[in-house]
Amino acid sequence: MTAELMPDTTRTYDCRQAFADELIAMAAEDERIVAVCNDSVGSSNLVRFRELYPERLINVGIAEQDLVGVGAGLAIGGFIPFVSAAGPFLTGRATEQIKTDAAYNGLPMVLCGQSPGMAYGELGPTHHSIEDLAWMRAIADLTVVVPADPAQTRAAVRWAAAQDGPTYLRIPRFKVPSVTPDGAPFELGRSVQLTDGSDITVMAVGTMVSRALAAAETLRAEGIGVRVLNMTFVEPLDVEAVLRAARETRGIVTAEEATTTGGLGAAVAGVVAQNHPVPMRILGVNREFAPTGSAAFLLEHFGLTADGIAAAARELMAMNPGGAHEHG
Amino acid sequence: MLSTDPEGAARFRARRRRVAEDDPVGHLDDLRRLSTDVRRSIVQMIDHAQLGHIGGDLSVTDILVTLFGGVLDVDPEYPRRPDRDRFILSKGHCSAALYATLAHSGFFPLSELDTFMAPLSPLNGHPNRRKVPGVETNTGPLGHGFPVGVGCALAAKLSGSSYRTYVVLGDGELQEGSNWEAAMTAAHYSLGSLTAIVDRNRLQQGARTEDTKRLEPLADKWTSFGWEAREVDGHDHAQLLSALRPSTTGKPVAVVARTIKGKGVSFIEDRVEWHHKVPDAAQVHAALEELSR
Repeated sequence: MTAELMPDTTRTYDCRQAFADELIAMAAEDERIVAVCNDSVGSSNLVRFRELYPERLINVGIAEQDLVGVGAGLAIGGFIPFVSAAGPFLTGRATEQIKTDAAYNGLPMVLCGQSPGMAYGELGPTHHSIEDLAWMRAIADLTVVVPADPAQTRAAVRWAAAQDGPTYLRIPRFKVPSVTPDGAPFELGRSVQLTDGSDITVMAVGTMVSRALAAAETLRAEGIGVRVLNMTFVEPLDVEAVLRAARETRGIVTAEEATTTGGLGAAVAGVVAQNHPVPMRILGVNREFAPTGSAAFLLEHFGLTADGIAAAARELMAMNPGGAHEHG
Repeated sequence: MLSTDPEGAARFRARRRRVAEDDPVGHLDDLRRLSTDVRRSIVQMIDHAQLGHIGGDLSVTDILVTLFGGVLDVDPEYPRRPDRDRFILSKGHCSAALYATLAHSGFFPLSELDTFMAPLSPLNGHPNRRKVPGVETNTGPLGHGFPVGVGCALAAKLSGSSYRTYVVLGDGELQEGSNWEAAMTAAHYSLGSLTAIVDRNRLQQGARTEDTKRLEPLADKWTSFGWEAREVDGHDHAQLLSALRPSTTGKPVAVVARTIKGKGVSFIEDRVEWHHKVPDAAQVHAALEELSR
C-alpha cells in the first residue's frame, strides 16, 4: 500500500459518531441489536439510538457490574448487546464481570470502551483508560479490537456483532484522521499494512496509527524505510505480520495510548522474544499516573507523537547500524 | 458438553405430569423423595471428591428440588430451547446440589456425578454453561448470577416471550453490592417475570451473617427496593411451590427462604464450621444412614 492511496489525513474525526451511525444502521436491519449503558447515553453518543429505538436502549444507571451482567443475560436471551461505558469504568469496575459473565460464558456481546486512553485528559488518571488493553488482553476468549479511524470503527462494530463470542471494542474519542485505505479487509487477528519499508517496522493501534504514518514520512526523508502496520487486533495478535517484521526489518517500534505493561507492545514483545528476537521500543505510558493536561498535551508529554515514534526508530537504527538483519 | 439421560428425563416428565394432574399429596411425596436422593448424592460426591461446600448444598437442596421438580418450564432433552424458563444458581459454590438436581432430572447421566471435581471433568467446582446442560451462566464469584438473571428477564420482556427467570442467591452473597444494583434495575424495568430466591441459612463462610455484616431486616430491604417479598420455610416444598407462583402485581418477587445450613444431617446442621468441611468416612456413613430414613 503506497502513501498515494492513503485517505485524506488533514481532517480529523471523533470515532464515536461512526460507532453510533453503524449501530443505528445495524439496529434497523436486525432487531436483536440492543445498547446497554451506564447512564452514558450522551458520552456513548447513543442519544439518536434512543430516539429511534427507545426500548432497545437499556440504561442500568451508574452501575457497571450490573451493566455487564445484564448484557450477558440479554445475550443468553438471544440479543446482541452493545454494552457501552467510558473505558476506565467498564474495564476497571467490571473486570470480573467481563471475565466471568462475558468471556468465560463465551457469550456474543460487544463491550464498548468509550473515550479510552487519555481522552479525558484534564479529568485526570481516574478517568483515563490506559490499563484496559493489559487487563482485557489477559482474559481468555476475549477479542480485543482497537479501531484507528471512523472507517475501521464502522467495520469493527459490524464485525463484532457477527461473532460467536465477546469482543472488547475500544472506541477513540480523541479526534483522528482517516488512515484506512478503501477496501482494506477487517478480519479476525489481521493487521493492515499502510506503508512498505525494510528498515524499521512501526506497529500502532488507535490514535497512534496516524502518528506512525507521520513518523514514517519524516524518516523516509532521512532515508529510513518504515513499514507501518495498523495492528487493529491486540488479541488475537497478527503473529504472522509480527514475525515477518522481525525477519525482514531491523527493529520494531510499538505505539499505543496505553500502559506499556501488558498491551500491544507486550504482546508483540512476547512473540518476538520467543521466536525471532529483534530490538524493540515499546511506546506508551510507563507505569505512571498522568499529570494534569489535555489529551493532546499528555500525548506530547509521554512522547506518543510522530517525533517520539521517529526518535525511537532512529535509536533502533543506531543499535543495528549495518542493516545486517537476517534474510533481508 | 454433557448430554441428556433419556431415562432420567422420563422420570422428570412423569414427576411434572403429576403436578399438572393436580395430585398435590403424591407430588409432595415425590419432591421429598427427590430431595433425599439429591442430598445423598451430594454427600457421596463430596466424599468422592474430598472437596465441596456441604453446608450450603444441603440448605439449598429443597429450593432446587422444588424448582426443577415442580416449577421450571424446562426440558432436559432440549436444554437450550429458546423459550425455556431461565434458572441461575448465583451461589455457584453449591454446584454439587445443582449437579445432583440436574442429574436426577435427566439433564445428564447420574454416573457423571462420580466425576465431580475430578481432573478434566465437566463438573467443575463451580458450574460452567459451556459444559453442563441446564446451566445458564457461569457463577462462582458472588454477586454475578443475579445481574445476569435480570438481563434474562429483560430479554424476555423485550422479545415478548413468556418465559420466567429464577435466580437462587445465598444470603451472605447479598453483601455484594452488584446484587443491589441488579435489584434496582429489575424494579425499574418492572420485571414481573423475575423471581429471586434467597437461601437464608444465616451462616456465611466464617460466622453468622448477622455477626459479619447484618442483612436484617431482609424482607424489608427487598420491599424498599420495589420488590414483592415473600417469606417461607425453605425446606417445605408446599410453601415453596406456593411462594414461587408468579406475581400479580407486576413487581419482581423475592422469596426469602428460611433454611438451615447442613439440613438433613444433624451433626452438620447450623454449624459454621461445615461451610466447606469434608466429612470423614464415619461421618459419611452416619450422614447416609440419616438420609435413608
